Amino acid sequence: MIRLEGVCKDYGTRQGRRRVLHDVSFTLGRGRNLGILGRNGAGKSTLIRLLSGAERPTSGRIHREMSVSWPLAFTGAFQTHLTGLDNLKFVCRVYGVDWKPLLPFIEEFTELGLYLREPVQNYSAGMTMRLAFALSMAIEFDCFLIDEGLAVGDARFGHRCHVELFQKRKDRAFILVSHDPNIVKLYCERACVLHDGRFYEFDTVDDAYAFYESVRPAIPTVVFD
Amino acid sequence: MATQTSLMQSFAIQRRVIRALLLRELITRFGRQNIGVLWLVAEPMIFTLGVAAFWAASGANHGSNLPIVAFAITGYSSVLMWRNSVGRCIGGIEQNASLLYHRNVRVMDVLATRILLEMAGATASFLVLTVAFFSIEWIQPPVDSLRVVAGWFMLAWFGAALALSVGAAAAFSHLVERIWHPISYLLFPLSGAAFMVDWLPPAGRDFVLMLPMVHAVELIREGYFGDVVRTHYDMGYMVGCNLALTLSGLFLMHAAARRVGEK
Repeated sequence: MIRLEGVCKDYGTRQGRRRVLHDVSFTLGRGRNLGILGRNGAGKSTLIRLLSGAERPTSGRIHREMSVSWPLAFTGAFQTHLTGLDNLKFVCRVYGVDWKPLLPFIEEFTELGLYLREPVQNYSAGMTMRLAFALSMAIEFDCFLIDEGLAVGDARFGHRCHVELFQKRKDRAFILVSHDPNIVKLYCERACVLHDGRFYEFDTVDDAYAFYESVRPAIPTVVFD
Repeated sequence: MATQTSLMQSFAIQRRVIRALLLRELITRFGRQNIGVLWLVAEPMIFTLGVAAFWAASGANHGSNLPIVAFAITGYSSVLMWRNSVGRCIGGIEQNASLLYHRNVRVMDVLATRILLEMAGATASFLVLTVAFFSIEWIQPPVDSLRVVAGWFMLAWFGAALALSVGAAAAFSHLVERIWHPISYLLFPLSGAAFMVDWLPPAGRDFVLMLPMVHAVELIREGYFGDVVRTHYDMGYMVGCNLALTLSGLFLMHAAARRVGEK
């Protein structure tokens, strides 16, 4: 279970502090899922950073009673001077997993061939994405964090991601954030809306969708409340 | 990976994470070409050898009867212990912020990794040089190795606490980095690397003995040269300074960890 209680996040701007998340609370049970709809700048990625533990809330608490992944297919943590294989070894060491049994899956899924042993800086965007997704699948988590993520790569890659994540791991929990209501509708049993840093819960995905369509984001100001 | 992890589990995770970070840092910095990770030791060795050559040529033992090569090796190696890890820790949090997406990786691990690497490199360089020059009979072995080790340990503690403090403070403001460069440059001649405290006039002694690392360098030299040198140090004072620096480092690090993501 993951439980957020009154989570707020402030960032400093040159013109003063600004609250980008206001009093976000929700609970996600083991094996359940949640779609969070939000437009650009609504606070989606901030929420993902807090959920993954990369940053800490300004106030409020996050209780994690299941293991939470890093954002799915996140490429930012790659050391691009290192090879794909070195990056795999690093992630495996951090999570205390033996990398050798994982190699066949990584080779098969990424289709990188000899490039698995080349520096990541020489990869195309698509190759980097395939490696990142494969690493996310290599370590087992109770709950996956998905930030947009799914709309990447070509159709075949999209399909293979779909199989790995939503078919082979359909017993896992996940939190999916997106600005695209169709993706949320397709994958999630429950939908919420993040609007101007505030969190709105709804009984049905359709209600969330209707609300999301009806509101327009405010222009950011530094008024602190 | 639930919230309730015992102290032993946390300890095991931290060991695992630091090992992963160490390997990652080693391969990233030195690669696998030519001598690879041996550069960690070779780089400080080259520095120390260069300085030793200069000092030998210019008579930096100031007419004392101290053997200049051993004087230079003990002196310059000491500088590496407190200076290099600080330099590596500045910017360390920012550069590794994306690793914090892995929940087990914490700011402490990132800084500890960089400190450990620099300490290991400087210590190995000191050891290799001492053994190498001893084997070709350019220098004598230390009179009291235990004292040298004690001084080295105190210096390592000081360097680690300083690196933690300055590295964490640098996450708050780029000013810290700007100011650290001139400070470290000015501290070098005062740090005891190139003189014995006894050579100074009394007022000068009191002044340089305010710097904690001078005490450790004196202890190292006493262990190395024995009774031929008159040393001035106060380990109680240095322990006090180290404790204060350690506490301030931990405090700053926790504060810095809270505001990761702020630019």
